[in-house]
Amino acid sequence: MRVFLAAALALALFAIVPRAAGQAATAKAGATIDVTGYWVALVTEDWRLRMITPPKGDYSRVALTDEARKIADAWDPAADQAAGNACKAYGAGAIMRIPSRFHITWQDENTLRVDSDAGMQTRLFHFNSAAAPAERTWQGYSNAEWQKPSSLKVTTANLRSGYLRKNGVPYSENAAVTEYFDVAPLSGGGQVLLVTTIVDDPRYLQQPYIVTSQFKKEGDGSKWDPTPCTAK
Amino acid sequence: MGSHALYGKIIAQLCLLACGTATAQMELTGSWTPRSSEFLTGDGLPVDFTGIPLNEEGRIRALSYSESQLAMVERQCQGWPAFYLVQGPFGMKIWSDTDLVKGNVISYTIGAWEDRAPMTIWMDGRPHPSKYAEHTRSGFTTGVWEGNTLVTYTTHMKAGFLRKTGAPSSDETTMTTRFYRHGDMLIVMTIIEDPIYLAEPWVLSRSLQLSATPMSPIGPPCVTTYEGSVGDTAPHYPPEKNPFVDEMTKKYGVPRDAAIGKPETIYPEYRKKMAAK
Repeated sequence: MRVFLAAALALALFAIVPRAAGQAATAKAGATIDVTGYWVALVTEDWRLRMITPPKGDYSRVALTDEARKIADAWDPAADQAAGNACKAYGAGAIMRIPSRFHITWQDENTLRVDSDAGMQTRLFHFNSAAAPAERTWQGYSNAEWQKPSSLKVTTANLRSGYLRKNGVPYSENAAVTEYFDVAPLSGGGQVLLVTTIVDDPRYLQQPYIVTSQFKKEGDGSKWDPTPCTAK
Repeated sequence: MGSHALYGKIIAQLCLLACGTATAQMELTGSWTPRSSEFLTGDGLPVDFTGIPLNEEGRIRALSYSESQLAMVERQCQGWPAFYLVQGPFGMKIWSDTDLVKGNVISYTIGAWEDRAPMTIWMDGRPHPSKYAEHTRSGFTTGVWEGNTLVTYTTHMKAGFLRKTGAPSSDETTMTTRFYRHGDMLIVMTIIEDPIYLAEPWVLSRSLQLSATPMSPIGPPCVTTYEGSVGDTAPHYPPEKNPFVDEMTKKYGVPRDAAIGKPETIYPEYRKKMAAK
């Protein structure tokens, strides 16, 4: 009987202790991965669609609706710039695809802050699920949750309409963005951040737009170079 | 209920809790359909090495490549190396081979495609063979679970191409691949390292979605055909005289340094360099 009791106690500790540890008081304390630090985009895919602005009408591999195609075909970067909409391609639906550096920090115990140097945008990932404000912004309102054992899920809404690519391939203000953040080691002691971005937009997209983007961790912010949004 | 039975029940229930915590793996098997909105093959023009951090030797080899090589009977069915898994337009059919006594997975297999060989991922802890062992198109791959992420490591691939446009890979190339599952999505990220032709690791990723429609585990057979004589040597160009080197520039305005895969061009600051010109 003592053997049974000892075994039961050991198993109980094995099962319960990690769960208790996982129930952290704050999102920061309960983080399942560390995404903080400086990250630089590795533009190893879609180079010509990301590093240079594609020509008008190049919406290859994006399943646009007819209405969206008309918008993309009417893209006018000068008009966007003049109207104060130079940041349309830097919204939450596309910002992680922009060649940029990102600085991720804890704004407070339950809010992750993501700054980009390209376009000088700021995203806030809220872990305490407060009600979203009515105002629509380029970065919208993001709710975040840790996923066990090692991932971060972010869902974003309340967006202003923006562009998936700099050449005016649109998403509407009703788009919903779901992202997964995963971290992996790189040989030589480095780290890679993998961000999966899924944009759902029944108005402008016939099916979700899905891209996966890679970032390499940098030791410091010495290459941080804030530059404003440009429409062209 | 006797006390022994009661204790046994308690232990069994606690074990369910404990074991659920200890084996956080995900189901990998099934048919996965491609969902990426990215142009991963990157083979639209003959000299498109954008995004590949080639070193100087890799660049020279890449620029000497002629697609006419594929007309040679002996090369028509050569296929592409294992990293084509992340670049190709196809989905993945994945199945497991299970130890029927212990119930553990011995290996996963990712089925073939028309020009890609099947890949076996050994999960039974076997070591990689000697570096002098046979090299094949798909190489030798082992896998381990890190939480619910499958991490695989591939060696022993034949020399081939990083991209269909001729960017080369040596037989010393290795590939570390991570399979992440988020809901019904499978995200595959691979880190390719080649001490011969790459200046730094090349990181690629793609997404797939679980499909209810079964996918074929095999590709159609490759049948060679005579396409005319190409002479005594494999078709190629002197690297400095590749006639397609400026196609990306003419068609899309891509600078030559980017088209030929200079490593600095994969970083954001290269945009400022372009803007300054």
